[in-house]
Amino acid sequence: MAKYQLEGGKRPLSSSDFIKVEKLVKYFPVYSRGVLLKKEVGLVHAVDNISFDIRRKETFGLVGESGCGKTTTARLILNLIEPTDGQVFFEGENVFEKLKSSSKAEKLKIRRKMQLIFQNPYGSLDPRMTVFDIISEPFVIHKHIPKKQWKEKVYELLELVGLEEYHAERYPHEFSGGQRQRICIARALAVEPEFLVADEPVSSLDVSIRAQILNLLGELQQRVGLTYLYISHDLSSVRQISNRVAVMYLGEIVELADTDELFKEPLHPYTEALIAAVPIPDPKARSIKIVLPGEVPSPINPPSGCRFHPRCPQAKPACREKVPELVQVNPRHAVACHI
Amino acid sequence: MTETILNIEGLKTYFFTEAGIVTAVDGVSFNLKKGESLGLVGESGSGKTVTALSVLRIVPKPGKIVDGKVEFNGEDLLKKTEKEMQRIRGSAIAITFQDPSSSLNPVYNVETQLRDAIMAHQTVSKTEARKRAIELLEVVGIPEAETRMREYPHQFSGGMKQRVAIARALACEPTLLFADEPTTNLDVTIQAQVLNLLNDLKKKFGMSLVMITHDMGIIAEMTTRIVVLYAGHVCEIAKTYDLFDRPRHPYTEALLAAVPRLDMRKTLRVIPGNIPNLIEPPSGCRFHPRCNYAKQICEEVVPVLEETEQGHFVACHEWRNISLKGERGH
Repeated sequence: MAKYQLEGGKRPLSSSDFIKVEKLVKYFPVYSRGVLLKKEVGLVHAVDNISFDIRRKETFGLVGESGCGKTTTARLILNLIEPTDGQVFFEGENVFEKLKSSSKAEKLKIRRKMQLIFQNPYGSLDPRMTVFDIISEPFVIHKHIPKKQWKEKVYELLELVGLEEYHAERYPHEFSGGQRQRICIARALAVEPEFLVADEPVSSLDVSIRAQILNLLGELQQRVGLTYLYISHDLSSVRQISNRVAVMYLGEIVELADTDELFKEPLHPYTEALIAAVPIPDPKARSIKIVLPGEVPSPINPPSGCRFHPRCPQAKPACREKVPELVQVNPRHAVACHI
Repeated sequence: MTETILNIEGLKTYFFTEAGIVTAVDGVSFNLKKGESLGLVGESGSGKTVTALSVLRIVPKPGKIVDGKVEFNGEDLLKKTEKEMQRIRGSAIAITFQDPSSSLNPVYNVETQLRDAIMAHQTVSKTEARKRAIELLEVVGIPEAETRMREYPHQFSGGMKQRVAIARALACEPTLLFADEPTTNLDVTIQAQVLNLLNDLKKKFGMSLVMITHDMGIIAEMTTRIVVLYAGHVCEIAKTYDLFDRPRHPYTEALLAAVPRLDMRKTLRVIPGNIPNLIEPPSGCRFHPRCNYAKQICEEVVPVLEETEQGHFVACHEWRNISLKGERGH
C-alpha cells in the first residue's frame, strides 16, 4: 500500500507559504470584428487583483458561478497562461520569473510539482492511446523513471486510484466516466506532484460515482500528502472536501474562510445567497430562500465599487462608489464587503 | 380524492442498436394525480428521460415502445394515431429539455418560435399570437419582453434561454409538464430563480409537473412524491417526506448517503461498481451486483413493487429483512 512515496515528502513542513498568490490580475482583450483592422474594444476582467495562500497538505476550495474566474485563476497559478500582473510563489519561489529565466530542465522540474485534472474525463484522454501509454507518457516527458520500471510504476498508480492491472492494456472508451477520471488522476500522480489542481473533477459524473471520486481524492491526500486546489460551482462538494474556501464573484474574492465557519456564518451577502440557493436533499430542511435577482454582469464592464452591488439585497450608496477590500475579520475569516 | 391524470403501466421502451437491444425502460409503472409534482429520480441511463419521451411518443430511433399502457385522462396514448398525438403534444402535454441552447432553433428569433408554438394548436391571428407571446415572456420573468423577443437564442444567457423554453412549453397551457433536468446547466443562483418560477407557474396554471433530475436536493424542494428509477426499473415510489425519512430500497438509501450536503459534513458512502450496461442487464434485481444486502433470490427473480405502507411501494425482495437509514437517521 505505502509503496508510493513522495520524493519531496522529507522536506520540513512550513504550513503557510506553500503557495502564495499575490495581486494576481488577468485581463483578456476583446477585439472588434474584422481581420485586418482588428481593434481592441475592451477587456474581460477575468481575474482582478486576488491574493490568497494555500497551505501545505490542505484542500483549498474555490467556488463561484460560471464566468467568475475560477478556472482562469487555476491556469494562472499553473502558469498555463501569462498573468497581466501579479505574482505566484511556490515554496517561496516566484513561479513566473523562474519559468521565464531558467533552462528547460529547470522548467520541467517546477512543472512536475504541480498537476491538473479536468472536468471532462471524456475530453482529456487521448482515445487512441492505451491506459498504459497515457499514464506512462509523463515518464517520457520528465524522464524521472527508468524505462525498466515503467510497468511496475504504472501498476502501482493504477492500484493507487482503485483500478486493476489488466486495465492498463485497454483504451479510454472502454471505461465509464468515473473510471476515466481515475485514469486522469493516475496520470497526474505519475510525476509525483505536490500540488494538484482539481477543476470540477466530479461535475460530469453521476451522483453515485461522485462520492467515489471525492473519497478517492481524500484518501490520496492522506496517503501521498498532496495539496489540492479544488475548484467547483457545487457548494455541497466543496463543503465536503475543503479545509478553507474562497468565494469568487466576477474575478474578485469576496470571502475567504475556514470551511465550517464559512458555511455556518457567511458574512458576504453573495455567499449567503449562494448557500441559500442550494437545494438541500432533505424535505424537512426546506427553508426560506434568498433568491438573487438578475444575473452575473458582464466582466467586460464590471459594476463600479463592489461588483455585487446591483444584485445585493443590502446594498448602500457606498457600495456603488468604493471597492471593498478583503478584510480579515478574525484569523480564520476574511470578507470584502462594506456592510 | 383527486383524479389521476397520467397512468403508466408496464411501459417498455427498447433501443434496437447494432450492438444489441438496450432495455432502457423495462416495465415502468406509476401514476400521477392532478396538480401533483412528481419527481423522477435516477442516474444517467436509468430511463427517466426515455420514460418522458415515451409518454409523448417522441422516442428517437432506433428506440421503440414495445409494450405497456400510457393513459392520459383515461385514454391510452399508445393507441392514438400520429395525427392525434400531434394535437396532444405541446397543447396538453409539454416538455422542456435539459439543454435550452439545443432545444431552441438558432435561426429563428424568439418571437417566431413562440408564435409557431401558439399557432400550431390554436386558431388565432398572428397579432394575437404575438400578444400572447409577449404575455408568456412576461410570465416567465423576461424583462422588456417586447424588445427581447425579436432577438435570437444566442443573445440570451443560459437562464434566460431556459425561461424562453419554459415559455414555449407553456404556450398552450398544458395540463402536464415534463421538466427534464431544467436547471442542470445553470448556476445555483439562476437555478433558484428557475425553480421558483416553475413552482409559481404550476400554481398559476394548475399544472401537474414531472421533474426529471438526478439532484436529490431539487427533488426534496420541489416534489411531493418520488419515483426512483434504476437501470430501467422502478425501485421505489413514495411521498417525498417518507422517501427521505425511511427509504426501503437499498439503492435509494445508498443514493441518499452518497450525496454531500451543504448543511452538514458527513462521511460519503460509496456505491461500489458502476451503472450496468443495459444491453446485458444484470438478471433478477438490476441493482443486485452493487447491493450490500443481495441474496440468492435477488440474482434470480425480478422483484415486483410491494406496498410497505400506504402509498409507499418498493421493489426489493429483502425489504422486510433489512432496516435502512433515512437522511436524518444517523
